Amino acid sequence: MEGPSGGLVRMSGTHAAGGFWTRYVFSRDHKVIGIQYILTAMAMGLVGGALAAWIRVQLAWPGSAGISPEQYPSLVTMHGTLMIFFVVSLALVSGLGNIIIPLQVGARDMAYPFLNMLSFWTVLPACPLMLASFFVPGGAAAAGWTAYPPLSALKGAIPGSGWGQSLWLLAMALFIASFTMGGLNFVATIFNLRARGLTMMRLPLACWTYLVSSILGLLSFPALTAAAIMLLLDRHAGTSFFVPSGVVIAGQVQAHQGGTPLLFQHLFWFLGHPEVYVLVLPALGIAFDVIAAFSRRPPHGYRITVWSLIVVAVLGMVVWGHHMFTSGMNPYLGKYFSVVTLLITLPFAAIGVNLVASLWRARLRWTPAMLWALGLISAVGTGGLGGVYLGNATADLHFHDSYFVVGHFHFMIGMVTLFGTFAGIFYWFPKLTGRLMNERLGRLHFWLTSLPMFALFFLMHLQGLRGMMRRYYEFSQDYVAPVLWLQPVLTVLAFVVFASQALFLINFFRSPFRGESAGPNPWNATTLEWTTPSPAPHGNWPDETPSAWRGPYEYSRNGNESDFELQSAPAAPGVLPSKR
Amino acid sequence: MDDRSPSPLSLAFPLALVILAAAVVGTFFLLDWRLDVASEHGRGVDQMIFFLLVCTGPLFVAGHLAVAWFVWKSRWRDTPAYLPPSPRAEWLATLIPVLLIGAVAEGGVLAIGMPVWGQVYREEPDTLPVEIVGKQFEWIARYPGRDGKFGRTEPTLIDDVENPLGLDEDDPAATDDIVVRGALYLPSGRAASIRIRSLDVLHSFAVPVMRTKQDAVPGLVTRTQMRPTTPGKYEITCAELCGMGHYRMRGYVNVLTPEEFEAWRARQVGWFE
Ligand code: HEM
Ligand SMILES: [Cu+2]
Ligand SMILES: [Cu+2]
Repeated sequence: MEGPSGGLVRMSGTHAAGGFWTRYVFSRDHKVIGIQYILTAMAMGLVGGALAAWIRVQLAWPGSAGISPEQYPSLVTMHGTLMIFFVVSLALVSGLGNIIIPLQVGARDMAYPFLNMLSFWTVLPACPLMLASFFVPGGAAAAGWTAYPPLSALKGAIPGSGWGQSLWLLAMALFIASFTMGGLNFVATIFNLRARGLTMMRLPLACWTYLVSSILGLLSFPALTAAAIMLLLDRHAGTSFFVPSGVVIAGQVQAHQGGTPLLFQHLFWFLGHPEVYVLVLPALGIAFDVIAAFSRRPPHGYRITVWSLIVVAVLGMVVWGHHMFTSGMNPYLGKYFSVVTLLITLPFAAIGVNLVASLWRARLRWTPAMLWALGLISAVGTGGLGGVYLGNATADLHFHDSYFVVGHFHFMIGMVTLFGTFAGIFYWFPKLTGRLMNERLGRLHFWLTSLPMFALFFLMHLQGLRGMMRRYYEFSQDYVAPVLWLQPVLTVLAFVVFASQALFLINFFRSPFRGESAGPNPWNATTLEWTTPSPAPHGNWPDETPSAWRGPYEYSRNGNESDFELQSAPAAPGVLPSKR
Repeated sequence: MDDRSPSPLSLAFPLALVILAAAVVGTFFLLDWRLDVASEHGRGVDQMIFFLLVCTGPLFVAGHLAVAWFVWKSRWRDTPAYLPPSPRAEWLATLIPVLLIGAVAEGGVLAIGMPVWGQVYREEPDTLPVEIVGKQFEWIARYPGRDGKFGRTEPTLIDDVENPLGLDEDDPAATDDIVVRGALYLPSGRAASIRIRSLDVLHSFAVPVMRTKQDAVPGLVTRTQMRPTTPGKYEITCAELCGMGHYRMRGYVNVLTPEEFEAWRARQVGWFE
């Protein structure tokens, strides 16, 4: 690996000497870029969270929130879009991924630092573009985060399908471009820049999950890119990929001919389903690393977990149709998608069981990161079992597009991903800033966020069982009446969640200055990032980069003096690490 | 960084998990989440869901108790040494719960789910043909009339008041078609074969009490089937975002006894009669 790392050393030399702009703004240091992503995601998270709070006011006390039936779909659409693509994707995948990967593989930076900088500066303008759509005529996009045509294709179908939908598509195009560049970088870095001796089976599980997640993203996003371009053409160039003949909007027969809306759904979910693994797997990887460090034992079944991740990814590419059981596709396809979807429970359950089993005979350290990781186990278990209901085509006849679905995906891509993100931020914060975050505030934040979130999203499942549909401005149907009294309760819970994020923000912005100083390895953890000083300098290691001599989780080995052994600790004097 | 003295969290956290698991189970007994069911396949759907609740409930509780137990035990554990299980034991510890979940998931859908899926999608003999059409924001039902044939429709002929479906007067089959806005009338005990269309954007024909849901897709005719069991008036709702009026796109399925239904049908006049 002489070439790339040598080059990076030189580059980091010139960079360290650079001024404010090259160090903090147009930086190529993966750690700075990671923080930039996280700050961006926090800002977008405030908007996405405020939208959720606003939606919940309408749902609890209809009419009192100042939202009209025209605006409601816009708010839901933007909440979902911001949360998935601009909060969770940016904070957990692009942000923490950037921070963790080069440090854990023992590299000086990403494989392509310039591309890395470029991907951040590509997604940044997408944020104001997306938010600007609230202020254009007709308001923001309103066809749901899924943007199903013809609603999203025909300007008269809903107010948000005017300018708002076009801005949505443009912002998404920038996002996808950025995410693709980021994914390429992750894959290239993990494959090519691993330290000497760091074989794939010595890779920390966080890196494994980022690798699998990035490959999934690279394979699936092109389908959405194609769909978005086709939709733009349908909207502005008179093509008819997704709009059939004879559509009548407000008494006007539309000029489109011969397209089919189902094509869009297939393309969308070809991305959409793998996307949930893109988001959820890194959270699981982080949980494995954090739990290992704070339970002082290696995770249960490392190899089983790795292979399960790969099987999840492969199966995850061929089950997109479980979002379309009722769409009018061939019922035999429905059977296929149901059976294969439910096969994923096997490898996914293996990962979950391994997380739980990793606590067996543990010696816990109750840091906030550990609390989040433990909470994640509960969330992924509950959400995963919910998936067994939804992957079942027959049961889905009742659940599809109900609040059961809303509850389920908030468990997976809401709770699991956020819990993983918080765990990751608490855990690697000292490596970035040289200081620890406040534990007391962290614990308070954990309890005030996790419990209300669990209650909130769990109760939504029961509303869904009663037949409450999603994306409804208000509920006047008789059959849902018995669960409507829950609405204000859920709204109050949502406000507790929203408000308690202030505790996190205070902690996050105060600790770089006020936090307790951390040494190079405050958690007595084993992986390579803990071999360099905190904060890690540009180029990551002041002198030589480390080599890996052993597996990533050598905790509490029988017969060792200390209860952990750094991955870089030589096995015996004079023994070289094995080749990669 | 040495926290060997038991933290209060090693008591609080397992306790929270146990309470959480109990609360989740409790809500199923306390809340009124069970919806009436009024179709034959709907009972099958409910059996499917009931099977899943009964099987995944214990898995949920067991998972939470396992975490609580391991965490609780760690309170006293002070040995730094960790004995890795043999690879065989490791495999078994993972494999057994996994096979259990797999059996619930796949066994459920194959043994209970698929026959019900067939009830919905395998065309039965002697069904009652009806059509339901979605448009922003209402449901319109159509019956083929005495000739048993649906007449031709033409988007250019659509007039919201005079001819909401755009029936073609020149087609003899269209003359006796019966059109009902906002309501579907069905006899109990006989399977209805429902063809579903949309005039504009996606909708989804959903009758929660029947456990029926099928998208209305412009440019496509989709199909579902149901055999109502109990006479009554049931709400139709829309399950696919279709615009600002999505939430109020309602209608009713009126299930009549077979005699009442024949009497109702005899009273209807064709659209061009
Ligand atoms: C306390 C925090 C949150 C609350 C109270 C909340 C609330 C809601 C509600 C009530 C809906 C459904 C609205 C409707 O269908 O009428 C919704 C939709 C959605 N939420 Fe959240 N949410 C929260 C956090 C998140 C997070 C963290 C994500 C992360 C991915 C997320 C992703 C979504 C998505 C994708 C939708 C679907 C949007 C659509 O239907 O197009 N939410 N949220
Ligand atoms: Cu999916
Ligand atoms: Cu609708």
